[in-house]
Amino acid sequence: MAPEEIRQAIIDILSDIAPDEDLSGLDDSVSFREQMELDSMDFLDIVMELRKRYRVQVPEEDYTQLASMESTVKYLEPKMANVPA
Amino acid sequence: MLDSGLDWENIDKDNVGIYIGVTEHGNVETESEIYQIKDYDYDTSFWSHHHNPRTVANNPAGEIALNMGITGPHYTIGAACAAGNAGLIQGVQMLRLGECDVAFAGGVSESIHTFGIFAGFASQGALATHEDPTKASRPFDKQRNGIVVSEGGCIYVLERLSDAKKRGAKIYAEIVGYAINTDATDFVLPNPERQAQCMRKALRVAGIAPEQINIVSTHATGTTNGDILECEAVRNVFGKSENTLINNAKSFIGHSMGAAGAIELAGNLPSFNDRHVHATINVDELDEQCAMDGLVLNQPREVDSVDYILNNSFGMLGINSALIVKRY
Repeated sequence: MAPEEIRQAIIDILSDIAPDEDLSGLDDSVSFREQMELDSMDFLDIVMELRKRYRVQVPEEDYTQLASMESTVKYLEPKMANVPA
Repeated sequence: MLDSGLDWENIDKDNVGIYIGVTEHGNVETESEIYQIKDYDYDTSFWSHHHNPRTVANNPAGEIALNMGITGPHYTIGAACAAGNAGLIQGVQMLRLGECDVAFAGGVSESIHTFGIFAGFASQGALATHEDPTKASRPFDKQRNGIVVSEGGCIYVLERLSDAKKRGAKIYAEIVGYAINTDATDFVLPNPERQAQCMRKALRVAGIAPEQINIVSTHATGTTNGDILECEAVRNVFGKSENTLINNAKSFIGHSMGAAGAIELAGNLPSFNDRHVHATINVDELDEQCAMDGLVLNQPREVDSVDYILNNSFGMLGINSALIVKRY
């Protein structure tokens, strides 16, 4: 997956977690939790969905990497390079 | 809550209590997770982190608290199919103890989403079937063959009468009597002696005689034995009462399990004003073992006045409950 496809994959996951949120104006450099109503359980949904949909494992010590879209895509790029789009 | 007319913005949320009756809780989530991890070869790393907060027994009450910012006590009351009444009774008791000034109380059920509850009733020989689904729920009918499981929720705003009067609230009814007791005889088979005792105890608490009850809302679920045994109990208490009519809401809506007591009470409350007592429908041929004077069959009946309603709700493990409300 290319960075833009990874971004779209994350957007798809976020829309499932928070169907009421309008994600069109998401600022990639700002943390998700500052822009969306995400509680602690919702955040873990991102980790779980990456595991379920793409078999990507995010260990707990790396959770901080998933703070914003920018950091998430950057972190996932090497992990998802071989994932077919 | 909107209908209660409470000044929600200015109410101290510390003084609001949430008491929700439940038949069961958590089965839905657990069954669905087990079904899903099958696709991952039972690898438990795919088991949802939502499982525990969604299955803890206080969840249905806690989610109300979270959504409404209520900071007073919240918990559920597990009481099988007597849970709707049990939630209401808990609310009354907590108001009396001064643990809260407003109680959200009643019952909820999500049983229709659990595979296990249906399969369990079927194995027990207690799940209704009929070629016409609208005819499947038919308490007291000779051809009845079990329960139609339904879902729902019904939650009341309870206050002490003095508080409700002070703020000029629209008062639907006054809870004047209640009782909960236990058969201690069988997991599922009811005990009419204990059921009658429960109704009598509620009457004693209310300080009224059986003749003063205008409507008995029966628990009857459409099982062969359960209906006969409840009729025996109702006859025992109300057999000599000419003023008492007897009906059943499950014939219309099925058995909403933990919500049943609360929903069925709500279905009878309009009778205080419109003086029409709803029937028990789908009785094409009354089972003579369920025959009782006062049974309102198939068509509603108009009466001169309705002053008191007794609401029965019984459940597995021999839990019985009766709640009496008075017209206000």
